[in-house]
Amino acid sequence: MTEAIKTKYETVIGLEVHAEMKTDSKMFCGCAVVDSTSAPPNTTVCPVCSGMPGTLPVVNRKAVEFGMKVALALGCTINQTSIFARKNYFYPDMPKGYQISQYELPLAEHGQIVINTPRGEETIRVTRVHLEEDAGKLTHIENNGVSHSLVDLNRAGVPLLEIVSEPDIRSVEGARAYGEALRQIVRYLDVNSGDMEKGVIRFEANISIRPTGSEEFGTRVEVKNLNSFRTMERAIEFETERQARVLQAGGSIDQETLGWNEANSSTYSMRSKEDAHDYRYFPEPDLPPLVVDQAWIDVVRASLPELPRARYLRFKEEYQLTDYAASVLTADRATADYFEAVLEHVPTSVSPKIVSNWVTGELFALINQAGTGIEVIKVQPEALAGLVRSVAEGQINPNTGKTVLGEMFTSGRGAEEIVAARGLKQVSDTDFIARIVKDALDENPEEVALYQAGKESVANWLFGQVMRKAKGKANPQVVRAELEKQLTKL
Amino acid sequence: MPLSIEEVQHIAALARLELSEAELARYRGQLSAILDHVAKLQELDTADIPPTASVIEGQSPLRDDIVLPSLETGRLLENSKHTGQDQFKIPPVFE
Repeated sequence: MTEAIKTKYETVIGLEVHAEMKTDSKMFCGCAVVDSTSAPPNTTVCPVCSGMPGTLPVVNRKAVEFGMKVALALGCTINQTSIFARKNYFYPDMPKGYQISQYELPLAEHGQIVINTPRGEETIRVTRVHLEEDAGKLTHIENNGVSHSLVDLNRAGVPLLEIVSEPDIRSVEGARAYGEALRQIVRYLDVNSGDMEKGVIRFEANISIRPTGSEEFGTRVEVKNLNSFRTMERAIEFETERQARVLQAGGSIDQETLGWNEANSSTYSMRSKEDAHDYRYFPEPDLPPLVVDQAWIDVVRASLPELPRARYLRFKEEYQLTDYAASVLTADRATADYFEAVLEHVPTSVSPKIVSNWVTGELFALINQAGTGIEVIKVQPEALAGLVRSVAEGQINPNTGKTVLGEMFTSGRGAEEIVAARGLKQVSDTDFIARIVKDALDENPEEVALYQAGKESVANWLFGQVMRKAKGKANPQVVRAELEKQLTKL
Repeated sequence: MPLSIEEVQHIAALARLELSEAELARYRGQLSAILDHVAKLQELDTADIPPTASVIEGQSPLRDDIVLPSLETGRLLENSKHTGQDQFKIPPVFE
């Protein structure tokens, strides 16, 4: 598609995000919530979540609490009375023939998420947050031309929070930023692992386009089953182009439900889901209204941690960090907590920026290499603070510091212990340094001559020679000063 | 106002019911009578009455987040004639 056509239309996106709640038991029964991608099939299923006649659902208090946490973190108003509703449709992953959800009166409404996009800061309004139950899992099997599907109900009845945005998103980048911000929030709140590969967060996108500058919305399509940020981005890109092409050719967009075909990177019409839009919602007769009183709301609100965006802004302001450093350090709570714990243990003479460089540079590199997470590494914040202090105070030089950190990472020993055991302590003794500088100059008369002939870059090479003689332990600043002194004296 | 035959067919399709011509005509009459009755109720002024979402008294009881034993897989699956690999086996579903 040409750039001209791209700028002619504006994409309008609303996202529905489904996030499983990390409770121990299911939404309406006591079956364990397990990893549905790895647990043996149909091992956490009971008469309630398999839809047997005569059973009754009972709401999980923790799921309500988790839902309220998310809603309050998004700045929503909690409805003190909300209503469960039956969403009727026949699909084999939903054994009851309906999903218990919320419709007319959801748990919470009217929130927002602030995101950064290439267009700047944008506020995306959240329409509603409601509680429902997840469906089971279907696997398609093809065997010698005969096919069938298998149903595993472990996931059926797992608490699910649906977060619906207004159609306020205007770009692929915005959609990703919104999705990532939401994922970050549910992880900060510890109500969802954020593990996309396990399908604990899923997206549906409502996508339309309109002539740039127009106030009216175009006809939208709904794309279901988007299980990763990448898939969501590609589906939005695909639909934007497809719809622009249709409109350019004088056609019109059909309002329809689409699926995403990963194999050929395109959307396809899910005709069988069209009828399903007629869900015939009605209040769930098995459940009286869900009531949360103000006292409970206050307790949940008081339990909220500092949220990602607030922390990101504070890190920039209070610690004078760059956008980049503040955003990677607050990407998850464990990293932000770690960074602040290190800061608590370094003297005030060490700037937060220096600590940030150690964490986002050397420490992240080691963590990535080892494929581990900051919450389980052997280097405790106090230990990293000790190392940073040793470097800042000149006991070891920065290069040695990196080596020492590598060893701390594998052995879990402290910086001082490693420095002492391996004799890595930095040498600042001027007599000793003067002697090795003199030796280096004596041993390299040709290079010295080059330097005297005006080739000043040779000084760096000579510096390297001196450091090598000192096995890297010499204080680089003292070496530089001494080298300069002796070279000018020649 | 009576329902159209098409509307009855649509409702039947949503409920996965296959109805004969005679049944379509019979249910059209029954469903229309129900809707007429509801239409009669609609004539009442209910502006000051909050909607009734439930006829059960009080509010939803809540349970603590405690795991209880589930059914043994074999017991669960014995409710179906078609099983395989510890799962319910059904005609192919693609979407």
